[in-house]
Amino acid sequence: MIPLSWYLLVAAALFCIGLFGVLARKNTIAILMGLELMLNAVNINLLAFWSYLHHAQMNGLVFAAIVFAAAAAETAVGLGLIISAYRRRGSVTANDLDTMKG
Amino acid sequence: MQTLLWLVPLPPLIAFALISLFARGKRGLSHWVALVSAGLSFLGSMTLFAWAVGRQDLLENPLAASTNWLPTGGSWLRVGVLLDPLAALTLFFVAWTVLMIFIYSVGYHNYGQPVGAHDLPGLPPHGAELKGAHGKVPSVEPLYARFFAFISLFAFAMFALVVSDNLLVLYVAWEIMGLCSYLLIGFWYARPSARDAAVKAFLTTRVGDMFMLLGMAALYSLTGTLNFREILSNPVVLDTLATTLSPVFGLSWAALIGLLIFAGTIGKSAQFPLHTWLPDAMEGPTPVSAMIHAATMVSAGVFLAARFFPLISAGWEAGQPLTTPMLVMAVVGSFTALFAALIALGQRDIKRVLAYSTISQLGYMVAALGIGAYGAAVFHLFTHAFFKALLFLGSGSVIHGMEHGQLATGDAADPQDMFSMGGLRKKMPVTFLTFLAGALALSGFPLLTAGFWSKDEILSSAFHGNHLIIFIVLALSALVTAFYSMRQVTLTFLGSPRTPSAEHTHESKVVMTVPLVVLAVFAIAAGWFGVPGSFLGLGAFLPNFIGNFLGGTHEAEAGAFNATPLLVSVGVSLTGLFLGWLVHRKQSSPSIDPLKRGLGFVYTALERKFWVDEAYDLVFIRPAKFLAETVTSVWIDRGLLDGILHGIGNFGNWFGRTLRRVIDIPVANGVPDGAAAGARWSGLKLRLTQSGHVQQYLVTSLMLVVLAGLVLLLVLNG
Repeated sequence: MIPLSWYLLVAAALFCIGLFGVLARKNTIAILMGLELMLNAVNINLLAFWSYLHHAQMNGLVFAAIVFAAAAAETAVGLGLIISAYRRRGSVTANDLDTMKG
Repeated sequence: MQTLLWLVPLPPLIAFALISLFARGKRGLSHWVALVSAGLSFLGSMTLFAWAVGRQDLLENPLAASTNWLPTGGSWLRVGVLLDPLAALTLFFVAWTVLMIFIYSVGYHNYGQPVGAHDLPGLPPHGAELKGAHGKVPSVEPLYARFFAFISLFAFAMFALVVSDNLLVLYVAWEIMGLCSYLLIGFWYARPSARDAAVKAFLTTRVGDMFMLLGMAALYSLTGTLNFREILSNPVVLDTLATTLSPVFGLSWAALIGLLIFAGTIGKSAQFPLHTWLPDAMEGPTPVSAMIHAATMVSAGVFLAARFFPLISAGWEAGQPLTTPMLVMAVVGSFTALFAALIALGQRDIKRVLAYSTISQLGYMVAALGIGAYGAAVFHLFTHAFFKALLFLGSGSVIHGMEHGQLATGDAADPQDMFSMGGLRKKMPVTFLTFLAGALALSGFPLLTAGFWSKDEILSSAFHGNHLIIFIVLALSALVTAFYSMRQVTLTFLGSPRTPSAEHTHESKVVMTVPLVVLAVFAIAAGWFGVPGSFLGLGAFLPNFIGNFLGGTHEAEAGAFNATPLLVSVGVSLTGLFLGWLVHRKQSSPSIDPLKRGLGFVYTALERKFWVDEAYDLVFIRPAKFLAETVTSVWIDRGLLDGILHGIGNFGNWFGRTLRRVIDIPVANGVPDGAAAGARWSGLKLRLTQSGHVQQYLVTSLMLVVLAGLVLLLVLNG
């Protein structure tokens, strides 16, 4: 049987890839994709812990479902915002969207 | 009967409401409403009077009813009605004169005439031009409906005053009449003289009313009631009041209250020294002069004095010295009678002569009450109302005729100046005959006229009561009265016309002459009901109806018949009439008064009304103005009070500035300003971190999370 740590390692790797994408990519859509990766890394963790440690209950599954829902919603909102920003400014580059500069 | 008594004053009140709410500008409707209401009150009054005449014991058991009105803690102020002989008699003449004057007003205000092109509300109508006609014709009064609304309200107040059973309701009605008098004197409000006269009348009568209110308050606090019967028909109360001393001048309470209430009479009945408003009140339309300032309202003052006669004369018996208020009344009344009659001699305005004559006749009544001749006073009140209303309406008819002539000819003569008239007897026969009847009644033409009987009764009471000075003064004023009455008749109606206006007058309409005829009948006949029982042969034949009716309010007993007062009264009347005719019979100039040549300086004094108005101006008005404009306004208000206030203000200003300098700016401003500056400074510095680049934020948060994780690790492990 595959030990728990392997799952955790995969999840950690995935999280780091996502984090790197979020921090390093210039395209906002790519940043969004990085975020999805991070969320799914978290989901893997949740399911892995649930499966190995609390199998009798449904907590983990429910948490994962909630995260999916939140991720879907977030993606929908995020994409909407990006499209709107593109229409207004003609660009989806994160560094160009600096209206909030103090 | 009780219900009827309650109802008698109400129709005119309803008429007032209806006219002012629904009949504005509707001339015919407004006068019909007013006339119907006056007619209803008239019918009610006559029914009551007829009923009262049939009762033998009306004096002891008057018709009375009352109901609670205003709660005053433990008790109630009540509103009620009372019909005793005095009220019944007053109701009789009030109802007649009011109805006649209402009818007359329709004609006086030119109902049915065209509307004048230049007539304005608040001014007498200027006349209208008709196509194809020569000159102008009279035009209808612009505020026709308003006039009827006002006189209806006035009639209500007068009826209410007469039937009221307590002083409070009487006072309320009294003041409503004061208001109506003000409104009606100022009816032609666009004329400054009318406005001034209205204010003068209102303020002058208010002086008397103030004292009357004090008297009322004293009466209420002493007896706990204002009901006439409970006070005036109760010997115990009267006796207590007459024997307890008041704190003022050692007078008894009865005397003090009597004097205070008499002050109300002085104001309302225009006695000296508050008489000056009445002649000026002639600024109002003539029916108003007749109604308010001759027949009814000024009679209310005497009516009140007669009502309070038991209190005024409390503790007095015939033949004894007079009580203080009686003495004051006798002196004020007889003085006013002579004083006003003399002034009437020097007047040229037909209405002003009558105004002074009214003052003089009211003085007669007051003097009669003063010497205890209650019956004679009420009798004179009764007859005077008729003949004075008649004279005023007659003079209104004359003025109307003169104005007609003036409009037709464009003449500039004053239509009220007797010297610009003359010879009107042929032009206005009905007016002439009725006016003559009134003038003869006023001068006391022997045997025939009402004025003779009532005046003779007063003179004979004065004679029999041994008040010789008063007798002489009253006889003298009777002489003067006869003189100026005949002067008026001679100047107005006899001789030949002295101006074009006078030539073009013609008789007034039927609606004006019928009231004149009705009143003339009373002016002659009203006296036949009061012939004293002891009068030669006549007394036996005509019962002294009025004397018996008024009954035993202890009166100076006439005793045996004595010819002296009778001869004096006949003598002065005929002499005065003859002299008046003699002096003015050949008047041909429209300006010069032959009296002026004869009397010289005295005439000027009469013409200027003994300078009473000027004296008041000097003694009251100028000091009041000085007090207001200089002392109060300049010295006290602007100097003292403003000084203090400015001082306080300046101190406040200085104190405020100091506070601001010491506390506000350094502390209260400094602390928040410092905080704001700090926030601003830190914000300026911190804004550098806000790059607007999302990914920088994320890196920062990542680093912080890592840092937090490391700290947590260290803490948990360490």
